[in-house]
Amino acid sequence: MFRKLLVQEMGIIGIDSIGIVTLLASFMGAVMCLQTAHQVGGWIPVYTIGFTVRQTTILEFSPTLIPIILAGKVGSNIASQLGTMRVTEQIDALEIMGVNSAGHLVLPKILAGFICIPILVVMSMFLGIASGALIAILTGVSSMADYQYGVQVDFKTYDVIYALIKTSVFALIMTSVSAYHGYFTEGGALDVARSSTKAVVYSAVIIMISNLVLTQILL
Amino acid sequence: MIELRNISKSFGDQNVLRGVSAQFQKGKVNFVIGRSGSGKSVMTKCTVGLLEPDEGHVLFDGRNFTDMSLLERKNIRKEIGMLFQGSALFDSMTVAENVMFPLKMFSHMLEQEMLDRVKYCLKRVELDGSDNKLPSELSGGMQKRVGIARAISMNPKYLFCDEPNSGLDPQTAIVIDNLIVDITKEYGMTTVVISHDMNSVIEASDTIHFLHQGEVAWSGDNAEMMVASSDTLNDFVYASKLMQRMKS
Repeated sequence: MFRKLLVQEMGIIGIDSIGIVTLLASFMGAVMCLQTAHQVGGWIPVYTIGFTVRQTTILEFSPTLIPIILAGKVGSNIASQLGTMRVTEQIDALEIMGVNSAGHLVLPKILAGFICIPILVVMSMFLGIASGALIAILTGVSSMADYQYGVQVDFKTYDVIYALIKTSVFALIMTSVSAYHGYFTEGGALDVARSSTKAVVYSAVIIMISNLVLTQILL
Repeated sequence: MIELRNISKSFGDQNVLRGVSAQFQKGKVNFVIGRSGSGKSVMTKCTVGLLEPDEGHVLFDGRNFTDMSLLERKNIRKEIGMLFQGSALFDSMTVAENVMFPLKMFSHMLEQEMLDRVKYCLKRVELDGSDNKLPSELSGGMQKRVGIARAISMNPKYLFCDEPNSGLDPQTAIVIDNLIVDITKEYGMTTVVISHDMNSVIEASDTIHFLHQGEVAWSGDNAEMMVASSDTLNDFVYASKLMQRMKS
């Protein structure tokens, strides 16, 4: 039963988020490429475009912005689902049957988020850098060779590890904060909406604060 | 038998239950009636452990539920079936999956045995053929019947029904009442029905407990209720013109 629920949640949190992550990562990579190209000139070498796109994507855009966007999509989904189950007495029904409702409903969501969100973030890193390359070549701001050199120059594996640690922590924050607000909803439809909003806002704020703390600790 | 001994429950400075004592007999349909806000739902939640009473004890066939460990409570809960006011069906599951859920969680049945049990329970509530429908595709009465099928799937010893007829038309309400009476006799369950529908009380009750301002103000059976001298009970029972006409 737990495995089935975990797979189901991985579908909702992971597979269903591929579209939005692809869209965001592609456009952000492309925009970053154009913005950097706008600054490049004179003594700043052209390969800086690839370098900047890579660094921004790996260090900040993918591990922080993607989880914040997902807090809106996944977090509100978790909070409203649990909130609705609470106000329609479905959680009470589980408790009456002797089922540990938190373990049954919340744990698969947290675990699914912990597994899927880092995968989505890694995917967004590749897409961001690739879309930067595509737009650089299409607009002629950089050659493929310069962009490729920029992406490879001074690459530190630790940057990716740092990004993945951040992402894993943010995934835990997002899913658990949203689950908390949904699970402890009281009242009716309006309160479900309120819980859903709180879940997104609190997740985003806690992610931003944790981002600062983790960056100070890890870099 | 379920026994409540001096149950008290407060929320802040609001005393919702004040020393409620009652006995719910085995094999009988025990009604708890009272006005909205009289503490019926809180009493039920304290009985099944969804709320912790501030004082008092709940005994299921002599077993003190209030003092039990979580694990012991879990075992008792497997003997409890509950029909909720809004049915509380899991809306992401089909009718059959809803009924099968407790079996999957707690029984050691094989898949085919579970399917047979689901079929039997759905047939018992006259819903055979609705296995693959989602709760949202069913009417209110059908949802209640699925709720009953789910509640009886584990052969419970105790059945709680929280306002089983709310939102139903009179004919469907009678179907639900009859079903509750029939399965209570059939399984020899201790059934507790929370209601303020006087039609149901007259149709289905074996014993009645009248809750007023957090206390059991009156207890008795159907016939005794009609001639009771309690003013608060009479105000409640004969609030409708239909009941007043019946009395006269």
